[in-house]
Amino acid sequence: MAQEKTSGQANRVQESLWSRLRNHDLTYQFLRSPITVAAAVICLVLILSAICAPWLATMNPFDPKQVLLMDANIPPVWIEGGDPRFVFGTDDQGRDLYSAILYGLRVSLAIGAGGVALAAAIGITLGLMAGYFGGRTDAIIMRIADVQLTFPAILIALLVNGIVQALAKGSSRETWAFGVLILSIGLSFWVQYARTIRGSTMIEKNKDYIHAAKLVGQPTVLIMLRHLLPNVIGPTLVILTINMGLAIITEATLSFLGVGLPPTQPSLGTLISIGNKYLFSGDWWIVTFPGVTLAVFVLSINLIGDWLRDALNPRLQ
Amino acid sequence: MLAFILRRLMQSVLVLVVVVLLAFTMFRFVGDPVNQIVSLDTPAEQVAQVRKSLGLDDPVPVQIIRYLYHVVQFDFGISYQFRQPVVDLLAERAPATLELALMSSLISLLVGIPMGVYTALRRDGFFARLFQSISLIGVSLPTFLIGILLIYLFAVTLGWLPSFGRGQVVTVYGRWTTGFLTASGLKALILPSITLGLYQMTLIMRLVRSEMLEVLRADHIKFARARGLTTHSIHFRHALKSTLVPVITIAGLQLGSIIAFAVITETVFQWPGMGALFLKAVQNVDIPIMAAYLMIISALFVSINMIVDLLYAFVDPRLRTTIKN
Amino acid sequence: MSVPVLDIRNLHVDFKTRHGVLHALNGISFSIARGEVLGVVGESGAGKSLTGSAIIGLLEPPGHITGGEIYLNGARIDGLDFESMRHIRGKKIGTIFQDPLTSLDPLFRVGEQLIETIRTHLPLDEKQARARAISLLADVGIPAPEKRIDAYPHEFSGGMRQRVVIALALAAEPDLVIADEPTTALDVSVQAQIIEVLKKLCRERGTAVMLITHDMGVIAETADRVAVMYAGRVAEIGPVRSVVKHPQHPYAQGLMGSIPPLDQRPSQLQQIEGSMPRLSAIPKGCAFHPRCPLVIDACHQTQPELRASGESFAACIRAGEAA
Repeated sequence: MAQEKTSGQANRVQESLWSRLRNHDLTYQFLRSPITVAAAVICLVLILSAICAPWLATMNPFDPKQVLLMDANIPPVWIEGGDPRFVFGTDDQGRDLYSAILYGLRVSLAIGAGGVALAAAIGITLGLMAGYFGGRTDAIIMRIADVQLTFPAILIALLVNGIVQALAKGSSRETWAFGVLILSIGLSFWVQYARTIRGSTMIEKNKDYIHAAKLVGQPTVLIMLRHLLPNVIGPTLVILTINMGLAIITEATLSFLGVGLPPTQPSLGTLISIGNKYLFSGDWWIVTFPGVTLAVFVLSINLIGDWLRDALNPRLQ
Repeated sequence: MLAFILRRLMQSVLVLVVVVLLAFTMFRFVGDPVNQIVSLDTPAEQVAQVRKSLGLDDPVPVQIIRYLYHVVQFDFGISYQFRQPVVDLLAERAPATLELALMSSLISLLVGIPMGVYTALRRDGFFARLFQSISLIGVSLPTFLIGILLIYLFAVTLGWLPSFGRGQVVTVYGRWTTGFLTASGLKALILPSITLGLYQMTLIMRLVRSEMLEVLRADHIKFARARGLTTHSIHFRHALKSTLVPVITIAGLQLGSIIAFAVITETVFQWPGMGALFLKAVQNVDIPIMAAYLMIISALFVSINMIVDLLYAFVDPRLRTTIKN
Repeated sequence: MSVPVLDIRNLHVDFKTRHGVLHALNGISFSIARGEVLGVVGESGAGKSLTGSAIIGLLEPPGHITGGEIYLNGARIDGLDFESMRHIRGKKIGTIFQDPLTSLDPLFRVGEQLIETIRTHLPLDEKQARARAISLLADVGIPAPEKRIDAYPHEFSGGMRQRVVIALALAAEPDLVIADEPTTALDVSVQAQIIEVLKKLCRERGTAVMLITHDMGVIAETADRVAVMYAGRVAEIGPVRSVVKHPQHPYAQGLMGSIPPLDQRPSQLQQIEGSMPRLSAIPKGCAFHPRCPLVIDACHQTQPELRASGESFAACIRAGEAA
């Protein structure tokens, strides 16, 4: 029996990272679910398109010099009246929809990712502190979290937006809208991370390897970052993916309501809000293409997040 | 039991105090009460006089107390945009929002819970998968997009339902305008309620499903099976009850979320509610309305949370004993 | 000789996973006579609980029975459809699980759970069922049962809860009770009481008991016969006294030898080298051969059958030889 053990260990060391990845349970389950694979592919395509927008787009819709008002409201190329320069048609400013969608995706992605990253950073930090130090620190942080939890994210985002707008009276939206949106989303979504991390930390901190590290005299920050963090960060992965979808929807909603990005840097939400005005007069493309793109993007993110949650849940095996 | 209620009350009061402080900060330091009254070329002494009369020179704690004093009497100041008392503006629009929220919650619960149970019990059936797909779409589509879609389909293309407004409303009890009593009022409620409730409905459905699947693997269900109880009893007496207990709390908390999301729905459907008012206030930096809305919503949320907590204690016998001790 | 209450012949249970097929139970055979207490011992993972689950038809997928037969009172019950099996559960076979806190539904009163079980299997009305429930609670030793019947599970202590569980298991007068680690989750001081209650009630009603545990002390006190399981097989089975005092199988010998005696003070505790193999790595031939002090070449080839040795049966070709 003892001999079987050692040879097994030797075999494991020889397995490369790639073959470990390939044989991992997650990969197996992933490949077995065609929908998730499709979702991941779509997601990847959209993300790459967004990042490469300047090269894929036919024009830069954010550059006022390239936009001609007389090109406004042109239908897609396959309908009578269409123009081969604008495959999906143009909006009310004359911006090519295809390019606008690409740039809009880019902006949505940036704000979504930025906001979620900020939320995770705040949440994980506060969660670690609350769980590790306990006592007063824990009580204060959890009280703040409770107070914040009474308010839905959208409300917080609107408030932050409104306050900043009041404080920044005078300067145009363009300079600060981007940062404010990331801030709003970050401030709205941190609580979930904090709570999860706090729970896991409270369990982990009593384990022997943490005691050992303390005995050796390692500084607290090092203990938290090097030992605790890798062991408690697992569940946040699922939260991250699901948050991503929510963050993008939140940004789109804020833009739709007119308190997001300025009209010169339209995100998908802004485009939809513009399109909404023209829906009844028959110019359907302005709302449809950005709308479909947004829906498909968030849907694929949610599919991946859903699958991830089920796959990582040991009890559902 | 009494101690528990008192403790929750204290927590609620704490939240409200924080909110009022926040509102005060907004009111006093972010907005500028003076500039709304004076114009650009008002002489400096007059401006100083206005400041004094508004009490802006008093020490901050005094101002806070004064603010609190007004707030408790529902005096939230005058709107910058409309030059009317904020409380009147809010009161006029409250029924619209509340009726919409009520309708949406009902829809989300009455459809979400059964769908959730069904998809948990018939995990791999065709309809189960269909419902799950629909729920995923419901969570992925932003509320405003759903609204636009519904309007385009049912109002513009089919012409069955109105695309904006509340329809005809009837005033009852003096100040409450209701849309429940007229045909046009009810018709106008349908699309906005579905729009607002769809997200919550899918959340509840997914929650019920995952909770029920968890419960079905629990020890007490295993023991129930080992005792030979009927499948009906196991699913609908034992498992369902265990599932609904946590669902009630979350569903209750969702009511607050619905009221917040009403901002979007009211904008899309031009529904004359508090949410639309708040949005306009944000767009035009009308601080009094923003602050007042914040406080009213907080009070609402805090009360809902407390009621839900009490409900939880009422439903779960384990908590009743803990509270008694 | 009368028909045994439970008769298991050559039971095989497999788990189909993506890593291959795992043979969790590999030819389990034993029987329990009316009124008899059979102890089933073994280390964690030997397949004791699995056997219990297989008998009542509640194997968790992907586990399923791939061979052998299970007879209850002479009638075959493996492979029955769900409804037929449901009637047997509770009515003919009662089950007791390990943790009384999680076994009882926390949202229903104890009485409600008892009455529901009674009325599912017996044609009694509400009043009669309630009377019966009260008398059951009295039987298991719950004081003031007519009052406690309306209490919730969390209002009982651990030992009292397990008594309620016993009452539930016996509610419909089953012929067999499968007790899966009934005392493991309880305080030591309470364990003896619970075993007493179980013993007394089953003896009074002539109920057969399959007592699954890893606690040899409980077995020695309670069981008439004992089956020692190892890696999904029965290593030895026989009268309790024989197996404990004169174990025939090397594994059983190791087990009994590792129990520290009360009258001596050994400087070192005896143990069996190595550990039980994982289901995915069960050795060919006799599953115990890598750890066996008596191992010979033949042990690597064939799985040994149970053969008479001394007063019990042992699955070893060198059974009975002292280690």
